[in-house]
Amino acid sequence: MAVVAPSPERTRIENLERLWAARPGLLGWLTTVDHKKIGLLYFWTTLVFFAAGGVEALLMRTQLATANERLVGPETFDQLMTMHGVTMIFFFIIPITTGAFGNYLVPLMIGARDMAFPRLNALSYWLFLGAGMFMYSSFLIHQAPNAGWFDYVPLALRQYNGGLNVDFYALGLIFTTVAATIGALNLIVTIFKLRAPGMSWNRMPLFCFAMLAASLSLVFALPALTADCIFLELQRKLGFHFFDQAHGGDPLLWQHLFWIFGHPEVYIIVLPAFGIATSIIPTFARHKMVAFPLVAMAELLVAFIGFGVWAHHMFATGLTSTTLVFFAAASMMVVIPSTIQIYAWLMTVNIGTPEFRAPLMFIGGFILFFVIGGLSGIMFAAIPFDQATTDTYFVVAHFHFIIFGAAVFPVLGGIYYWFPKVTGRMYDERLAQLSFWLTFAGTTLTFFPMHIVGLLGMTRRIYTYDGGLGWDAYNLIETIGGYVLATGLLLIAFNIVRSYRRNVPAGRDPFRGGTLEWTTTSPPPHYNFAVIPTVTSPYPNWDEPDREEDLRKLARGDLVLDQGHETPESTVNDAWPSAVAEMPPESPWPILAAATVTVAFFLLLTQHYATAGAFFVLTVLAAAGWNAHEPEEATG
Amino acid sequence: MTRAALLAPPLVLVLAGCGGNQNTVAPAGHDERAITQLFWVMLGVACVGFGVIVTLLFLGWLRRERPSLPGGRGERAATGVVIGLGVALPIVLLVALFVWSDLVVVNSVAAPTKPTPVTVRVIGHQWWWEVRYGNTRIVTANEIHIPVRTEVTAIVTTKDVIHSFWVPELNRKVDMIPGTANRLLLRADKPGVYRGQCAEFCGLQHAHMSVEVIAEPRARYDAWLARNAQPAPGASSLFDANCGGCHQVRGTPAHAGVGPDLTHFASRRSIAAFTLPNTPSNLREWLRDPQHVKPGNRMPNLELSNAQWTALQRYVESLR
Repeated sequence: MAVVAPSPERTRIENLERLWAARPGLLGWLTTVDHKKIGLLYFWTTLVFFAAGGVEALLMRTQLATANERLVGPETFDQLMTMHGVTMIFFFIIPITTGAFGNYLVPLMIGARDMAFPRLNALSYWLFLGAGMFMYSSFLIHQAPNAGWFDYVPLALRQYNGGLNVDFYALGLIFTTVAATIGALNLIVTIFKLRAPGMSWNRMPLFCFAMLAASLSLVFALPALTADCIFLELQRKLGFHFFDQAHGGDPLLWQHLFWIFGHPEVYIIVLPAFGIATSIIPTFARHKMVAFPLVAMAELLVAFIGFGVWAHHMFATGLTSTTLVFFAAASMMVVIPSTIQIYAWLMTVNIGTPEFRAPLMFIGGFILFFVIGGLSGIMFAAIPFDQATTDTYFVVAHFHFIIFGAAVFPVLGGIYYWFPKVTGRMYDERLAQLSFWLTFAGTTLTFFPMHIVGLLGMTRRIYTYDGGLGWDAYNLIETIGGYVLATGLLLIAFNIVRSYRRNVPAGRDPFRGGTLEWTTTSPPPHYNFAVIPTVTSPYPNWDEPDREEDLRKLARGDLVLDQGHETPESTVNDAWPSAVAEMPPESPWPILAAATVTVAFFLLLTQHYATAGAFFVLTVLAAAGWNAHEPEEATG
Repeated sequence: MTRAALLAPPLVLVLAGCGGNQNTVAPAGHDERAITQLFWVMLGVACVGFGVIVTLLFLGWLRRERPSLPGGRGERAATGVVIGLGVALPIVLLVALFVWSDLVVVNSVAAPTKPTPVTVRVIGHQWWWEVRYGNTRIVTANEIHIPVRTEVTAIVTTKDVIHSFWVPELNRKVDMIPGTANRLLLRADKPGVYRGQCAEFCGLQHAHMSVEVIAEPRARYDAWLARNAQPAPGASSLFDANCGGCHQVRGTPAHAGVGPDLTHFASRRSIAAFTLPNTPSNLREWLRDPQHVKPGNRMPNLELSNAQWTALQRYVESLR
């Protein structure tokens, strides 16, 4: 009997398994550089912050359910209100879209084995976790940030706010902007350099265009916020006068810098959600996106015009009419890329044969909410109407339709959509649809009445109100809606846990998706693809010839790269293979570096500047250690 | 899915009919009327637009088995819709809205440039409003008396943090910014009491920083001015000792400017910027425990005997 020699395919896959094998257990998670594991770490961490922000929201809604309620006092309310905004924006929605979805999916969608800088990727996560813990530790001493998420001066100056509240805010944001910038740069380089052979710009998935646009916005918008927060800390701690009228400063400087970041921020929040929508719609409509190039351009255009609209947050500050008109014009221009996308989504649904399963239902809800929030947004570009209704609940309604309706809904749909890919198990469709209807009703009940109560004169950020102003019934409805919404969200969590336990196998491609992540197994192997796929269209999984060619390549050993811990690099425009990048192994340095930064920020908070400096020196040493450990075994 | 159709009519009824008197869409002055008009038209167009979206989504669901657009049209027609409804139509509508809203700015809500018959200076404090009348010694708080059908310029600024001055039924809002004097026109078409509230988050008691504009016929307004120009009828050593460090009562030794001027406090409608209506029992509650009524405000709780409380309240109630 002849011994059956292993096939060449089998040997190559075994090589890959050995080269990319992950350290098991907790240590494996702490030292991982695998984009999928980091994506999951981001996912679970951001969900914890989402829960915290949700509890804060429910406490506020309970306080506001009836007039003159005394459940929480003004100090607690202000902390809840500020932390709700800070949490949902900086510790939930940005990190779950760019950090969790972007990290997990971008390399899979572009056919790469990891992000361009795997250890930097880990560093970005650990810094984000450190910043979140830093920010939330403020609750332990009841000194959480309390001047609103946009933290206007002079209210945020030491003179009017003597505690550590605003220092937690400013330092915490400086901290988290570092993490977000690193993550964004990594995504940009990954998308530029690691695309699979043949994936020229016109064949890149729209999800990746959205991630690219959001990441570019992040890189250019965050420095304004970082600078603003540094100015604030210098003024609070060291007596500088950036915002001090009496010494030649200007309180409006804070607002300008904040909103130069703050409005691109809105698009940073919604662009990844658009990307999720443009992934889910073609799959369930069984049709490629209508007007694909227009949508790709629209995504980039939104990010660009988004930098020219910031002063529409300041229409009531007494800027000159000329200034107002310029920003009103830009604010109206930014509508066009959004309407292009809305009609492209709707026409794709119409021209295809859509199957309304839970992910697509969430996208349907998203479209309706986005249109409502967009229409009220256009109203705010009309200067006089903005001046009448800004800082009322009409604004609160508007941006919750955008941030919850237009950003979180696609994320919820995306959780269901990619759950089978990430876990290899199928979710419960019936429960998923029920959770859609609950969250849909809850969102509408919570946020729609806010339009009315805002027009009736209810200002935002008030911890209580008098009866008899016509606000009572709406506020009660909103609070009930909040609890309905929370129930719907808990049902999603329950569905995830239950479906994971029930372990119904999903297979590699349960929805017949078009993009590359569906060509590999569920969950994907550590090396993502046994053979680096070749791409000739934007929906490579729908092009059978390409996939058959991949199988032949595996047999030939072409583009398998099973001799090292490697991924191919390609040219920026046409994605021709240009080099092979050696990928680093698991490393303890990212988490150690992040730990030193976290300690340093606590020391800055308590004004131990010298010791903080010493810890930053340790950060530099950690970086040195990181570079000293060149991936030797990976080449073996 | 026809939420717009269902909600729009009740919304109109609700907004037009009810509410207190802090209603953005119940205008009582020329400027706010222009804004309200703009709003109703925008809402109308928005409802139509939303209707189109709902219809398209509904059609997508209804025709989910059919792999083409109605009439059997394909990709080209779909792209045509994206360009027509997603680019061309919005450009036309947005340009129209842009021009109209800028005309409203120029013709109505822009800051007044010419002198008006009456000028009031409104100064924001944490958490009350100081009101001064041009060319007089009159200082009051949390109430702005104006003559009806007369143009009044409000010059607004702040003593501490940023506040925002907003009386929704009369005009838009304008921020009160340190070192800056912003201007706003107030003109009430009919006599009445118009409620307003600080619109920019200003700290702990942002919720209790309301203001009323009281528009009266010219004769009554003049009488009010004359009465308020008078000093207080008498002094109280108890008041001077305990309250004079912060408050002013004109004509007495108490002349500090930390808290509101109380010269004619008893004639005002509210306590602590509309935290409470000005009634004897509320006044008693406020004087004895201001930190319970309005936690975090600048007025300390005092330690006085029962007899002293009674005397103090009687004195404050005499300040008409």
